[in-house]
Amino acid sequence: MTRPSLTSELTAGGLLVRFAGELLTRSISSIEGALAGLRPAGDEALLDLSEVEALDTSGAWVVADLRRRLEGEGMKVQITGITPTQAALLETVTRNMPKELAPEAPPGGFVVWLERLGERVVGAWKDTLSILGFLGLTLHRLLQGIIMPWRLRGASLFTQMEETGYQAVPIVALMGFLIGVVLAFQGATQLQQFGAEVFVVELISISMLRELGILLTAIIVAGRSGSAFTASIGSMKVQEEIDAMRTLALDPIEVLVVPRVLALLIVLPVLGFIADLAGLIGGALMSWIDLGVSPGMFMTRLYENTDVWHFAVGMIKAPFFALAIGIIACWQAMQVQGSSESLGRRTTASVVQSIFTVIALDALFSIFFSEVGV
Amino acid sequence: MDGAPDTQPTRADAQREAVIRVRGLTNRFGPQVVHENLDLDVWRGEVLGVVGGSGTGKSVLLRSIVGLNKPAAGSIEVLGVDVLHGSDADRRRIEKSWGVAFQYGALFSSLTVLQNVMAPMREHLKLSKGLMRALGELKISLVGLPLSSCNKFPSELSGGMRKRAALARALALDPEIVFLDEPTAGLDPIGAAAYDDLIGELQRALGLTVFMVTHDLDSLYAICDRVAVLAEKRVLVEGPIEKMATVDHPWVQEYFTGPRARAASNKGRGS
Repeated sequence: MTRPSLTSELTAGGLLVRFAGELLTRSISSIEGALAGLRPAGDEALLDLSEVEALDTSGAWVVADLRRRLEGEGMKVQITGITPTQAALLETVTRNMPKELAPEAPPGGFVVWLERLGERVVGAWKDTLSILGFLGLTLHRLLQGIIMPWRLRGASLFTQMEETGYQAVPIVALMGFLIGVVLAFQGATQLQQFGAEVFVVELISISMLRELGILLTAIIVAGRSGSAFTASIGSMKVQEEIDAMRTLALDPIEVLVVPRVLALLIVLPVLGFIADLAGLIGGALMSWIDLGVSPGMFMTRLYENTDVWHFAVGMIKAPFFALAIGIIACWQAMQVQGSSESLGRRTTASVVQSIFTVIALDALFSIFFSEVGV
Repeated sequence: MDGAPDTQPTRADAQREAVIRVRGLTNRFGPQVVHENLDLDVWRGEVLGVVGGSGTGKSVLLRSIVGLNKPAAGSIEVLGVDVLHGSDADRRRIEKSWGVAFQYGALFSSLTVLQNVMAPMREHLKLSKGLMRALGELKISLVGLPLSSCNKFPSELSGGMRKRAALARALALDPEIVFLDEPTAGLDPIGAAAYDDLIGELQRALGLTVFMVTHDLDSLYAICDRVAVLAEKRVLVEGPIEKMATVDHPWVQEYFTGPRARAASNKGRGS
């Protein structure tokens, strides 16, 4: 491979520029400096290509760009020593040379930042309205299904219940058990300091039944099933399956969303209950090992000192969490546009948003229940 | 290459240089045999159209040649390099001397059109930013896209524009061989004809070798120097398109003498 080279000299006829070597994409950068240093001089220029061994579009561009630049300075440019094939290539490239520069991407800055902020605020407001509309629509279809159960898709409902409920039992149970163990262990070290070890039972039961059991279950389900909902419905959206359904007079809400949301409404309380049980078992086990609180004593204190309302508060929250997760996941799926990149973004957004909503709802419930005094 | 006149095919063949040489290629997916003992040569500077019914392995052949699909048996040489067993350095060298335009574009969705075209240059060449940008814009303009599409993302382009952008990316490194998978599928007839003209013009101007998988009879008549028909797990017949109508095989007969073929052939001769 011969490196390309460029020499220029001022002759009586004007500027003589000699190109030589291989003017190819992979080697063209070595004459860039020489090109930039070339100054127009005189009225005429002769570009000599007789020593050029190979020419491709990049090489042709360099020659054509130089010609354009020199002609822009009012010089007359001639090209010699060019083979017919190279001339044809040069012609094609010259004809297709971009006339003006492509518009630069808009620069950043305070105004752009403000504009983006405004867009985001308006976008968030619009999303909120849209999500509430979606909630209303889904609830309407859900009630329709409950009044007219033959319109529910039984097979789909049970498949969803199996996937979101039955298959989540091991992970939820293990999570509950470990939380129970951690509570007992951490509680014991603190309570031992003032001889109140036995209160570890209340610590475990109240926090587990009232808050942690259902909250952490909801978070696991949001990560596990919420993302699955968004991914599966979203990929159907990408492949225009949703549009196909609409043209076949099938309601995507009824066919896709209702079975998923209903499945969550049914299985989330059950999963929460399993987490509660596992948490109590884990806590009892740890209290027995670490503090010597026997399982019998644990049961007695649980019966006598833990109000059944603690359990009820946890269970009341479950359907609300389920609704939030299901609605957000399905709504995000419906927002997927065209590309699979948007599908990925929406799936992430679905998980983050539903976990956040679950925690925010939990905080609201805390305030509500403490106001009503249970 | 000017290419010797085709009056004496045997002598012309001897003078031609095979840039792609496929020998004894066998591809199998489970129990299904797609290719068996397939031989194919692609000569320098020609436009080869590969046709065949659905499921005859046209795309699989393309994917095998560019090394995306490991065949069960056979050898594939591109520019004298063994694609299947060559060293990594050799493979990288030939990967830089071919460009592939996939059927649906396969543009990087997180990059703009210009960034897509510049991506291979950025990776393999030491060019200044300004020069790279200028060459990228030239490629985009060469394939007939307006400059306003430079800063657009692939998702904002129509199917036809995406195919053109994919071609621009395939041409980014000024390759010797260009592979096109169904370049005109899904384009309207005007867009398809314009794309054919574009390939023909670029092929002549840049001296490209084009390997084109297509179903488009118009393309075959308009720009292909040679046609290879895939059937019965091999290249059933290959040669200039005029020869195809005389081949005694039911599928080939139906394909090249059907009503669509007649219309395309008249159009091809008219132009």
